[in-house]
Amino acid sequence: MTLALKTTDLTKTFDIGKRLIGPPRAQVRAVHPVSLDVKTGETLGIVGESGCGKSTLARMLVGLTPPTSGTIEIEGKALDRADPAAFGRLIQYVFQDPVSSLNPRKTIRQIMEVPLRLLHGLRGRALDARIAELFDAVNLRPEFLTRYPHEFSGGQAQRIGIARALAASPRILILDEPVSALDVSVQAQVLNLLAELKTEFNLTYLFISHDLAVVEAVSDRIAVLYFGSVVETGPAEKVFAAPRHPYTKLLADSAPVVGRPLGGAQSGELPDPLNPPPGCAFAGRCPRASDLCRRDVPELRAVEGDQFAACHHPLES
Amino acid sequence: MSLFLRLLFRNRLAGFGAVVLGAIVVLALLTPVLPLHPPNATNTANRFLRPLSEGHMLGTDHLGRDLLSRLLWGTRLSLAVGFAAALIAGLAGAAIGVIAGYFGGRTDNVTMRGVDMLMAFPYILLALAIVAVLGPGLLNALIAVAVVNIPFFARNIRGVTVGIAHREFIDAAKLAGMGHTRILLTEVVPNIVPVVVIAMSTTIGWMILETAGLSFLGLGSQPPQADLGSMLGEARSALITAPHTSIVPGVMILLIVMSVNLLGDGIRDALDPRLRSGALARPMATTRVERASTPAPRADGLLRIDDLETQFQIGKRVYRAVNKVSLDLRPGECLGLIGESGSGKSVTALSVMGLVASPPGVITGGAVRLEGRDLIGAPYELLRSLRGRKVAYIFQDPLSTLHPLYRIGDQLIEAIRVHEPVSHAEAHKRAVRLLEDVRIPNAAARAKAYPHELSGGMRQRVGIAMALANDPDIIIADEPTTALDVTVQAQILALLSDLRRERGLAILFITHDFGVVGQLCDRVAVMYGGRIVESGPTADVLAAPAHPYTKRLIACVPELGAGRRVLAAIPGLPPAVDDLPPGCAFAPRCHKAQDACRKGEIDLQGAERQVRCLFPEMAQ
Ligand SMILES: Nc1ncnc2c1ncn2[C@@H]1O[C@H](COP(=O)(O)OP(=O)(O)O)[C@@H](O)[C@H]1O
Ligand code: SF4
Ligand code: SF4
Ligand SMILES: [Mg+2]
Repeated sequence: MTLALKTTDLTKTFDIGKRLIGPPRAQVRAVHPVSLDVKTGETLGIVGESGCGKSTLARMLVGLTPPTSGTIEIEGKALDRADPAAFGRLIQYVFQDPVSSLNPRKTIRQIMEVPLRLLHGLRGRALDARIAELFDAVNLRPEFLTRYPHEFSGGQAQRIGIARALAASPRILILDEPVSALDVSVQAQVLNLLAELKTEFNLTYLFISHDLAVVEAVSDRIAVLYFGSVVETGPAEKVFAAPRHPYTKLLADSAPVVGRPLGGAQSGELPDPLNPPPGCAFAGRCPRASDLCRRDVPELRAVEGDQFAACHHPLES
Repeated sequence: MSLFLRLLFRNRLAGFGAVVLGAIVVLALLTPVLPLHPPNATNTANRFLRPLSEGHMLGTDHLGRDLLSRLLWGTRLSLAVGFAAALIAGLAGAAIGVIAGYFGGRTDNVTMRGVDMLMAFPYILLALAIVAVLGPGLLNALIAVAVVNIPFFARNIRGVTVGIAHREFIDAAKLAGMGHTRILLTEVVPNIVPVVVIAMSTTIGWMILETAGLSFLGLGSQPPQADLGSMLGEARSALITAPHTSIVPGVMILLIVMSVNLLGDGIRDALDPRLRSGALARPMATTRVERASTPAPRADGLLRIDDLETQFQIGKRVYRAVNKVSLDLRPGECLGLIGESGSGKSVTALSVMGLVASPPGVITGGAVRLEGRDLIGAPYELLRSLRGRKVAYIFQDPLSTLHPLYRIGDQLIEAIRVHEPVSHAEAHKRAVRLLEDVRIPNAAARAKAYPHELSGGMRQRVGIAMALANDPDIIIADEPTTALDVTVQAQILALLSDLRRERGLAILFITHDFGVVGQLCDRVAVMYGGRIVESGPTADVLAAPAHPYTKRLIACVPELGAGRRVLAAIPGLPPAVDDLPPGCAFAPRCHKAQDACRKGEIDLQGAERQVRCLFPEMAQ
C-alpha cells in the first residue's frame, strides 16, 4: 500500500512574549519530533488530552502553521505550498467548532463557492451542479444554501463544514475533533456520514479526538500523544484493549464506563511546558517510573508486532 | 435593517437626536437654494443688528453680515468638515487596525507602537502642532482633526480584528485557496463594519467640535469664509456688547454635537449584538415569577421540585425550557439529570435558586421546596442567605464563579465570611483546609494563585472548594467535568464521590454522559424537550431503558473496547422548545410512533421507575 502522508521528525516551537527586537522571552515546544505514516485509504486516529499538541500537529499538516523543523510528504512528494490551489486539492481540514468555522456574514452558497471557484475554477452551471452534488453527499437540503450559518444546529453546520472540505476534492481529510461539539445522537450521524464519504470518495483520514471510544470506533490505527510526543501507536483494536504505554493505560482506565468503579482521586497534572522535565514527560504521574525514566527520553520503538511505545518499561500484554 | 431601525427608535433620546440632526442636515443641504443674503457681503452701516431686525432674522455681525446666512453656510461647512474628518479617521484607522490585527507579529508591533506614540501626545496639542506645520486653513484643520483621531479607530479596530483573525472561518478561507487580500476584503472587513460605524457615530460629534475649536483659534477656516468655529472666534471681542453674535453659532454647535451624540449612542446600542437578543432592561436580582397556583406538596424531602415550569419569553415566542418537571433529592443522594444540549437541564438547575436571568426568563408554575419551604417567589434576601449555605452550585466553567483579578484564597475567605462572622485568620485557615479537601497539592501556596494561573482541572477543584465553603447540604453541579480531559474528569468525579460520602452531601448532577451517570449517580432522570421522559435507579435505567429515546440514546454512545463499527444514530434533531409538537416530543424521531403519540398530553407513569411513553420498551 502506498503512503498518503508521511511526517519525519516534525516539530513546532512557539515563541512566548515576542519583543520588538531580540529573542522572545521564552519558548514552548508544542510538538516534539513526530514521525508518522498514514497509508492511503487508512484512518489514523490521534488521541491525547487538551494541550498535548494535537491541533498544532494537524495545522502543520495543512500548512496553517509553519513547522519549526522536519518534513511532511504527501503521496511521496515533499509538501509544496508554492501553489496554494494545488495544495488545497491534496489535503483539507474539518474544524472542531462547526459554527465558528463558517463566516457569519456569508450565505452557505457563498461559503461553498469559494473552494470550487478558487481550487477548481468552476463557474456557472458546473458550479451549481457540483454544490448540489456535495450537498446531496452530506444529506443536506438544497434550500439551506440561501441561509446564514447562525440558522443551523451544530450537526448541520458540521455537515456544511464537511461539504466545504470535500468541495476541494482532497485526497486527505484532517478531522480535528469533528464531533466534539455535537450531542451524542447527532455525533453518530456525522461519524457514519464520514465513514460513507470515505469509501465513496476514496479518502484518507487523520481523525483527531480526545474521546477514546469515538477514535476506537472509527480508526484503523491509533497514535497516542502526550505532551507533544507520540507515546504509543498500534492497531485500533489493540491500543486501548492492551495498552503498552502507562499513559495509554491511564487514559483507557479514566474513560467513564457504566459499571466500572471510580478510580482514586490522585491529582497528576501535565508538566509545565515552560520548564519541561528531563527524561520521560510522564514520569511524574507514572507508577513504573525509574531513575532511567527521569534521565533519558524514551524512544518510540516496537514492543510487539505493529504496536510501538515510547517507554523504558512498557506494560506486558 | 428594519430591526435596526426599530431598536434605534425604541430609544427616545436617539429618536430625538435623529430628528434634530435630520432637520439641521436638511437646512444645510438646502442652504444654496434658500433666499438668503450673500454670507460674505459686508455692510458696516448695519453692524451688530439685533436678532429679529428687518431683513436680518438673526441680526448681523461686526461687519454687518447677515448672521442667518452665515450660520447656515457655516453649519454646512462645519458638518461637511466634521463628517469628512470622521470618514478619513475612520477609514485610515480601520485600515491600520485591520492590517495590524490580521497580520499580527512584527507588523502589529511596529504599527501599534507608532499609534501609541501618537496617543501619548495631548490631543489638542497634537492637532495644533499639525496645523502649525501645515499652515492654517480649513483643509489643514480637517487633516489635523482626522489624524489625531486615527489612533482611537486603529486601536479599536485592531482589537476586533485580532478576535476575527483567530476565528476558524479565516483558516477555512485560507484552505479554500484565498489569498490575504481577498480574505481581508471578503472575510474580515464585512465583520468589522458594524464596529467602524459604531466608533464613527460616537466620535463624529467630538470631531465637529474639534474642527470648530481650531477655527475658533483662527487656525481653521480663513476670513471671510464662515464656519461655526470662526464665527464664534470673530464674535469673541463683542461677547459683552453683542452677545447674540456668539450665542447664535454657540447654540448651533450645541444642537449639532448633542444630537449627533444622542443618535450615535442610539446607533451603538442598536448595533450591539448583546442588546439585539431582546433584553434592553437590567436583569433582575432573582427570576421573575408569574405563578397562578402552587402545587400541593407531594411528600417531604430535602429538595423537592414539583411541576416546575420555566419559560423564556422573547418577543412573541415562548420557549418552554422547563415543562412540568418534578424531581426529588434525598439527603446524601446523588441524582443524575441527563439530556442533550437544550433539553432544559441547566434552566431546571438555575430555577431552584431563582438564578435564571429575567428578562427573558419567567417561572410560570410549580414549586421548589427546600426542607418543606417553597423557594419560588421567595424574597431575594432569603434566597441569598440560602445560596452557598444550603444549596451551592458548581458550573462547567469555574471561571464564571471566580473573579479573575483576586487570588483564589482571598475569594474563598470572602465566601466564608459572607455567611459567617469569623476572623480573617480563621477564615484563611479554613480556606487552606478547603483547598486541601479538594486535593489541591501545596494548598497554602496555591491559595496565593490567581484563577488564570491554574489548569482547568485545578480551577474546577477551586470551584468545588468555593461550593463547599459554607458547608451546604446540597450541591447542584451543572456539567462540572464536560470541559475537562478524561483523566482529569476521573479525578474530579472521584473527588465529588468522596466528598459526598465524607460530608453527607446531596448532589444534583447534570451531565450528558451516561458513563458518568453510571459511575456516580444513585438515581437518574432523563430530560428531552424540557420534560422528564424517564427516571429511576441508575442501574435499572441503564440496563433496561424503558423510553425509546433513552434506549436509542444509550445505543448511540460508543463504548471503549468494542472495536471498529458503525454507530447507532437517532435520525433528526431534538425539538425546538418554542414549537413543541402536541403529544410526545420524541414522536418525529421515534420509530415506534403511532397516531396516539401525536395527540394529547402523555403522563409520566410509575412510582420509583417512571416513564412518559405510550409504548414503553418493557411492554415488548
Ligand atoms: N438566557 C436564555 N434566553 C433564551 N432562551 C434560553 C436562555 N437560556 C436557555 N434558553 C433556552 O432554554 C432551553 C433549555 O436550555 P438549557 O437548560 O440551557 O439546556 P441544557 O442545559 O439541557 O443544555 C433551550 O431551548 C435554550 O435555547
Ligand atoms: S518511560 Fe518510565 S516514566 Fe515514562 S511511561 Fe515509561 S515507565 Fe513510565
Ligand atoms: S410516546 Fe410514542 S412517539 Fe413517544 S416515545 Fe413513546 S412510542 Fe415513541
Ligand atoms: Mg447546560
